[in-house]
Amino acid sequence: MKVKHTGKEPLIRLSKRTDISIFQAIAVRAAAILIALLLCSLIVMAITGGNTGFFQVYADMFKGSFGSSRRIMMFLRDISALLCLGLALAPAFRMKFWNIGAEGQAIIGALAAVTVIKKMPFLPPAAMLAVMLCASVIAGAVWGIIPAIFKAKYNTNETLFTLMMNYVAMQLVRCCVILWERQPGSNDVGILPAGNFPKLFGVDYGINILVVAVLTVVAYIYLKYSKQGYEIAVVGESVNTAKYTGINVKKVIIRTMAISGAICGIAGFLLIAGTHHTINTGIVGGEGFTAIIVAWLAKLNPFYMLLTSFLVVFLNRGTAQIASACGLNSYASNIIIGVVLFFIIGCEFFIQYKLFLRHPRKKEGV
Amino acid sequence: MENKAAIELRGITKRFGSVVANENISLTIRKGEILSVLGENGSGKTTLMNMIAGIYHPDEGQILVNGEEAAIHSPKDAYDYKIGMIHQHFKLVNVLTATENIILGLKEKGRYNVEKSAERIKQISNAYGFEIDPHKKIYEMSVSEKQTVEIIKVIYRGAEILILDEPTAVLTPQETVKLFQILRNMKQDGKAIVIITHKLHEVLSISDKVAVLRKGKYIGTVETQNATEKSLTEMMVGKAVSLNIERPETKNQEVRLSLTNVNMTNKEGVAMLKNVSFTAKSGEILGIAGIAGSGQKELLESIAGLRQIQSGSILYQNPQTGKEENLRDKTPMQIRNLGVRLSFVPEDRLGMGLVGNMGITDNMMLRSYKKGKGAFLQRKQPKSLAEKIIRELEIVTPGSDTPVRRLSGGNVQKVLVGREIEAAPTVLMAAYPVRGLDINSSYTIYNLLNKQKENGTAVIFVGEDLDVLIELCDRILVMCHGQISGIVDGRKTTKEDIGIMMTTVKNETGNEESK
Repeated sequence: MKVKHTGKEPLIRLSKRTDISIFQAIAVRAAAILIALLLCSLIVMAITGGNTGFFQVYADMFKGSFGSSRRIMMFLRDISALLCLGLALAPAFRMKFWNIGAEGQAIIGALAAVTVIKKMPFLPPAAMLAVMLCASVIAGAVWGIIPAIFKAKYNTNETLFTLMMNYVAMQLVRCCVILWERQPGSNDVGILPAGNFPKLFGVDYGINILVVAVLTVVAYIYLKYSKQGYEIAVVGESVNTAKYTGINVKKVIIRTMAISGAICGIAGFLLIAGTHHTINTGIVGGEGFTAIIVAWLAKLNPFYMLLTSFLVVFLNRGTAQIASACGLNSYASNIIIGVVLFFIIGCEFFIQYKLFLRHPRKKEGV
Repeated sequence: MENKAAIELRGITKRFGSVVANENISLTIRKGEILSVLGENGSGKTTLMNMIAGIYHPDEGQILVNGEEAAIHSPKDAYDYKIGMIHQHFKLVNVLTATENIILGLKEKGRYNVEKSAERIKQISNAYGFEIDPHKKIYEMSVSEKQTVEIIKVIYRGAEILILDEPTAVLTPQETVKLFQILRNMKQDGKAIVIITHKLHEVLSISDKVAVLRKGKYIGTVETQNATEKSLTEMMVGKAVSLNIERPETKNQEVRLSLTNVNMTNKEGVAMLKNVSFTAKSGEILGIAGIAGSGQKELLESIAGLRQIQSGSILYQNPQTGKEENLRDKTPMQIRNLGVRLSFVPEDRLGMGLVGNMGITDNMMLRSYKKGKGAFLQRKQPKSLAEKIIRELEIVTPGSDTPVRRLSGGNVQKVLVGREIEAAPTVLMAAYPVRGLDINSSYTIYNLLNKQKENGTAVIFVGEDLDVLIELCDRILVMCHGQISGIVDGRKTTKEDIGIMMTTVKNETGNEESK
């Protein structure tokens, strides 16, 4: 016999947990975040050669989001933008439709809103906003429906399709920017003359925040308590079961992607009317992709997404602040964000599995 | 004289989370002996065998191979210890030949030489009585041929200890007889053989000893010659069980469903159903027998509106209106909207009949979620239905919201059958409803089907255990290669007759043609 093993167990063994309590799970996640923050501080200290104090890092990070009342508003504005895109992705992902085209669907929504401002300057302010909203919703929905139709009819790969649609949207914006730019070659459309949100109760970005807050509740109810939400869940779990039940799978795919795209369109509308008041190809700024992390970290639950988008925006703003305070560039902030997300995603493994080390008593044997 | 021990298990314990799958099991497998491992579902048979085959590692206890403590970390280690397992689901590459599959992944000395390997395969075949063409491709093979390849594969790798996980589940009676002869030959050759099976009469005919597990615990090993079906069942279940399946007399028979000349081809253009014609009557159980993949699944799915047929008709007689409804080219939803009360228990329970990640309540809603006005779900009624089914069918679950995939196979099936019966069907189709279920659960299902029959439902039962079909069904329809090779009376036919019909098709001129 060519057996070369001794009677040893493997050094580390995994076993699936089924019985973790909610407190244990929270403790594991909290520990992961603490370790990640500790590591971040050490990294920053190492990069700056010890010029930064250990707790200075956290103070800077906190300042990034809560340093002034203006910063707090911008913090909330950024959360609402990211959360809105996360909410858009939730129904598609729950259906196991890998929509990575939120970026493009939001861009096209923004473009539609700007087109309304440019082509219908005669509209009174309230009507202007209403028409912009409709245009954005329709544009986003169309951008979502196109890959859905191909998926439903010809079973094309939605990941590639939605991804490519991002670039189509971006090129359309580039084309329109050239048409509308103030000086040829400047790539600058300038601040748009109309279609801006008024302040809500004297608060900047108040409407952005309100709209997304309402959407969060609506999305939660839609997914959990509506018949359509149930159909989405069944299709996502098993297409065969859906067919067996009599659900029209193609219809559900197309309808759900229309909703997903439409919410992305709303996100684009908010960016134009509430945030930027101008348009360029980077208007969504990759948030459409970041929203994928937000959605999955929250296990597609709209209320958890509130927490995850809070976390991601807090990190973004905090690390940017650290970078500027310590004279580092944006790579440093990306490293820190990477470290924190690594720990947060990695700790899920310890929630799912339990590790066993080799039995000590085995060592004396064989 | 006791044979030498090949494998000795000492105090094996394996836990999955809080579930103890195996608890302190000690068991000896001897050379030149066939050991049956018997136990209900979830009693830990497969877990135990998987530990010997290197798929799991025990939490506690030792495995001794030929008297020495062994550490089996992977299936490859198991091969090094000359242990080979034949799994229930074959692990073969379809486009390769038998020989290529057998030598796949082996590091043999010298150059790659298919002819030499084929020669050795022939020697092995002759030694034990296998019938195999080493150059035939897997996709051209029948299930029994594929199984032969799997067995030769482990012998080719030098296995002295063979573990077979439910090998007869996919075989006809004739094929089973052949397999058992081969196992006996291998036993003569001094190999140690472990066979996991649910069928008691097979245990009695093939094995020398029977080891019984119950709920993860080892109950004991008995000599087969001292055992009877009744004594084994009692060991397995822990109490006396009646082993007779009832068959109430049929009454008030009316035609409920009639199929005429149904033809169906699948996406690849292969004919799956050829000229299928039969009727299902109220108040009777119509059994469907056939080797797996003979078109049973396609037949039921065509009736349920899940597949499109190319020609023929499917007609339903509505007992309430007396009207005749055409079910062809209709979706399941359209069929339901016609007032046709057709229930279907599909073969793939978690992949088609239920949603594994949803609780029992949400699974009840699969049938009824559209009911009620408005855009929102009504969870109240499904919840009380779920609780009723849990109570009446004695489903073991922590609650009506626990995901059904966490339940044991028998309980999953009770959820599915319970839901379909609650719809008060006039036609109930069940595909392999007792597959993988233990004795107690199986009898619960038989009783439910019988109750439906007495209520005047037309029951269609696709089964694989011919003994059960013959005991339970009023008429048995036998399928072979998508055709009906005969419909026989369940009270008069024999297993052998059905076995022959399962492999023989009558062609159009009436001559019998063997396949």
